[in-house]
Amino acid sequence: MNADALDLRRYVAHSPQSAAVWLALAALVGFGLLRYENFGSAYNLTSFLNYNSMFIVISVGMCFVILTGGIDLSVGSVAAFTSVVAAYLSPYGIQVALPGAVLTGVGFGALNAFSIIVLRIPPFIATLAAMLAAKGGALVISGAQTISVDWTSNFTRMGMESAWNLLPWSIVIVAAVVLVLWIVIERTSLGRTVLAIGGSEDASVLMGLKVARAKAFVYMLSGGCAGIAGVILASGFGAGQPLEGIGWELSAIASVVVGGTLLTGGLGSVPATVAGALLLGLVFNILNFENGRGTISISAYWQMVIRGGFLFAVILFQARVTARRPGAGRPG
Amino acid sequence: MQPLLSMTGVEKAFNGATALAGASLEILPGEVHALIGQNGAGKSTLIKILTGVYRRDAGQVLFRGAPARIAGPREAQEAGIATIYQELNLVPLRSVTENMIMGYEPKRLGVFIDWREAHRRAREILMRFGIDIDVRAPLGSYSTAIQQLVAIARAVSLDARLVIMDEPTSSLDASEIEVLFGVVRGLRAAGVSVLYVSHFLDELFAICDRVTTMRDGRTVDCRPIAGATKLDLIGAMLGRDTAEIAADGMTEFGGGAARQGEILLRAEGVATGPRLSRLDLTLHRGEIVGLGGLLGSGRTEAARALFGEDPVTAGAIRLKDAPSAPATPAQAIARGIGFLSEDRKAEGIVPGMSVRENLTLALLPRLARNGQVDRARERALVQRFIDALGIKTADMEQPIRELSGGNQQKVLLARWLAIEPEVLILDEPTRGVDVGAKREIQAIIRDFVGQGHGVVLISSEFEELVEGADRIVVLNEGRTVTELANPGITEDRLVRALAHDRRVTA
Amino acid sequence: MMVQDLPAARPPRRAQWRKLARGNGGVAALIALLVFNALVTPNFLQLQTLFVNISQVATIAIVAMGMTLVIATGGIDLSVGAVMALAGALAPLIFQSALGTAYPGLGVAAAIVLPLLAAVACGLFNGVMVAVLRVQPIIATLILFISGRGIAQVLTNGNLQTFKNPAFSYLGTGKILGLPFQGWLALAIAVALFWVVTRTLFGRYVLAIGGNERAAHLAGGPVRRVKIGVYVICAALAGLAGLIVVAINSASDAARNGNLMELDAIAAAVVGGALLQGGRAPVFGAILGALIIQLVKYTLLANGVEDEVALIAKAAIILAAVYVQQTRKE
Repeated sequence: MNADALDLRRYVAHSPQSAAVWLALAALVGFGLLRYENFGSAYNLTSFLNYNSMFIVISVGMCFVILTGGIDLSVGSVAAFTSVVAAYLSPYGIQVALPGAVLTGVGFGALNAFSIIVLRIPPFIATLAAMLAAKGGALVISGAQTISVDWTSNFTRMGMESAWNLLPWSIVIVAAVVLVLWIVIERTSLGRTVLAIGGSEDASVLMGLKVARAKAFVYMLSGGCAGIAGVILASGFGAGQPLEGIGWELSAIASVVVGGTLLTGGLGSVPATVAGALLLGLVFNILNFENGRGTISISAYWQMVIRGGFLFAVILFQARVTARRPGAGRPG
Repeated sequence: MQPLLSMTGVEKAFNGATALAGASLEILPGEVHALIGQNGAGKSTLIKILTGVYRRDAGQVLFRGAPARIAGPREAQEAGIATIYQELNLVPLRSVTENMIMGYEPKRLGVFIDWREAHRRAREILMRFGIDIDVRAPLGSYSTAIQQLVAIARAVSLDARLVIMDEPTSSLDASEIEVLFGVVRGLRAAGVSVLYVSHFLDELFAICDRVTTMRDGRTVDCRPIAGATKLDLIGAMLGRDTAEIAADGMTEFGGGAARQGEILLRAEGVATGPRLSRLDLTLHRGEIVGLGGLLGSGRTEAARALFGEDPVTAGAIRLKDAPSAPATPAQAIARGIGFLSEDRKAEGIVPGMSVRENLTLALLPRLARNGQVDRARERALVQRFIDALGIKTADMEQPIRELSGGNQQKVLLARWLAIEPEVLILDEPTRGVDVGAKREIQAIIRDFVGQGHGVVLISSEFEELVEGADRIVVLNEGRTVTELANPGITEDRLVRALAHDRRVTA
Repeated sequence: MMVQDLPAARPPRRAQWRKLARGNGGVAALIALLVFNALVTPNFLQLQTLFVNISQVATIAIVAMGMTLVIATGGIDLSVGAVMALAGALAPLIFQSALGTAYPGLGVAAAIVLPLLAAVACGLFNGVMVAVLRVQPIIATLILFISGRGIAQVLTNGNLQTFKNPAFSYLGTGKILGLPFQGWLALAIAVALFWVVTRTLFGRYVLAIGGNERAAHLAGGPVRRVKIGVYVICAALAGLAGLIVVAINSASDAARNGNLMELDAIAAAVVGGALLQGGRAPVFGAILGALIIQLVKYTLLANGVEDEVALIAKAAIILAAVYVQQTRKE
């Protein structure tokens, strides 16, 4: 998109990790295709994308927040909350449920933005509080029950059917969102402001950039993305899930970090974040196949251990890279 | 000629403390106007009121003949006032182009940034300043000088009528300063006014037309620079008679007699990296050795190497009897070396801690018995230093952040004196403190040396070096190039030493 | 950067007043809660209620005190809940092993010591990540936050381990002078940590590092060792809390033990007056914070408010506490 991105050598030189993620992704896909018969099957592809579309969209929202140097720990709970909202709205069809759920998510994002920008509470604490509030709220509005969706409306098509018999609707919608956000970050003043804030918030203010507006945007965007994930969740499982979403924020952060986005903000990319999310998802997909073959037997509990190990490896890598980056300053 | 900017009767108080009490400033179109004053005189506050960072309590601001309504940095930019702050207001992680066009991106369809046009524009503007660099690379990959010029280029490209430069040369070397001056002259020729804030008086004579002096929140003097002398300006800043200064000398050091004793510290061919490649220095008992050199010459790196903060990659540092160099600050302290950092805020004070806790921070291991701090001894010692150095504090439990800069600096000096060191390395010990505290600090240093200890002194103020040091080791591009000895050092000779060596090594 | 020439002119006397008001704000909140409960909540003024609350609050308080030390260095530890689960999962495994049943005394001792050592290892990991590899604390401790509980579940295969072991259960059900053992334990830890913070070299360095890490380093402070130290202490206390929870329940559930404890602990520390940017370590404040959080939870539950709403209340408390802290700074 950006002329920069087309110059492959420059791309590799500026973000070695992003390049590494794409390579790893390609290698893993190749490995899967060669080793497992059904890996490339339409069924595996569909279910893989359907499930991971939730994580992709949340990760991309999280990517924007992290680019400003912030963090959003509320996304998992907000997704759970909005899945309940979507389930309640499902009789009116996806055309009502989707905007309704997304707006609810944006509302939580606005709450975060208010705490962070107006009350000046650190993002980590503000979104932690929102996480609790959304979790409690989801249980309250659902009566701590899963809320079954209306199967007669078109609502479940989003999570269960494919567009043009090709790709699940969920991934189509998420892809569209990702594309728009990619353009936003690369081609609009708002996107560049987001990057500048993460690079140096003080400087951004002194340059006369609309810092508060951009920060409000990223948190509301992240909430909105969680809203989309909530709709996919409700429509894919046929019910609003007030207890879901635990640990999703961590998966999202892991995807963003694996994709090479600097945790301190200012540097990172949307496509690489998608690659990070796919890579993390693929690792588990392949582990499932291995389990299926009986070569190894890994309980579901290992998933978390492996995810943590993954994060560990990437963080070690990033710590090394940022230490060498010019202008990174003295450690300490 | 109608002034471009006229500020009159400006007042400003923070939480009841007066920062400005009747400040004024008048700048003509196409004029390079200097603004000088001691730290705390109100220069920064005045500038921040002009650029909308602060709101004034009283007074009038006319810009281009009309009352200015500037509520923030953005409005200032749009009115034609651009500011190059001391701490660069740019984003090093982002590309040069982004830093130049942020907020004013060329667009297609009104929404999408046209990067091709943006890069072209950035390149074109920089070319006008004679800078030919890859504008797509991150700004942080270039030198401070380039970054500074990018900041200026950004300002100019926004059709500024007034460019404010706050200490623009503080991180530039001599040749870069020349480039900057060229740019300033270019601005003047194009009818753009420049407000030039600097501590370096020589620069003002080289580049400015008029100079406004502030003291204690008031404007006390405004005159054409032609016909003024350095002494006039200093007198106005200090509020003292020029004749008195000439008689007294500028500092409290007075020519210290060089009583050379035993060697305390010796560095031979010490290197720590690209910024310090060969340091040769000997420090005797009872001696102040100055480290002369421009910013970036490796002075601070030399201090860090002696203190064990940067690992030594070549050469040898010998302390009195020990054959090897300290490898960490903790070791250096244990061997009797103290190091006062130039950055009081970032590397000196612990703002939330009390005067007492700050003062004993380096001494702690010696105050502890079985891991427990001996509080009675601590209090007695702190009180002794508060009295001896005349530290103005309500009591020793007052948080250090509530003290003035000069008193904070005295506490930090006491932190190092408390470890009873043989050697003190002082990096800009009087930077950012008022005149009175400055003299007191200089007296403390002289007294310390008088007890037979040694001091390595780094200072950007030539007077302080020339009058304070017994010898000056001159550094250039990370190397010791020559050494001057007192008596006989004059500012002139020091400047010539720097200049000469620059030509030799260039 | 923009406030650099704000004169630091707040008169010290007013500062002391604020300090006083600040310290008593928490106490006032606690008293208000107690009075409210005494008037409204049925059966509040009964010994049983006191026991329930003390045994509940002790674990939060113990973890919150460790968290307070970490926060005092400017860090944060998200892994405390996971470490609780890990230590809690290990204990029954050990005293129910062949060796543990053969030598019951040794088994119980090992079931306390070994899980604590495992917790210390977790703390070492966190500390090294933060102090040596210079990873942001939120991220560094995220690793064990994710995988620590996973390891606990792998160890127990996700099963609930129930047991009957009076000696071990004393940790959670024992009484001294009629009050729960863990309450005394929390108090003892508080006294010890208070001494550490106010009187020892280590404590002074903790505060100095939180206040200005560069300055502490240049003044010869052992920054790495101290930082690793606080993470180790925090993890060890979390491990202890994990054991207590298991002892109270006579059962270990790796999925639930310490779940969301990091939030309670951070909230208690902050409500107790810890500054997120570091430099302050109010140990007894952490206990006060834990008491307030526990009482709010109890008040809502006892008055028939749903558990879920209690979460929202907790969110509001956290926001309010940090907001007050934030305004105080300026």
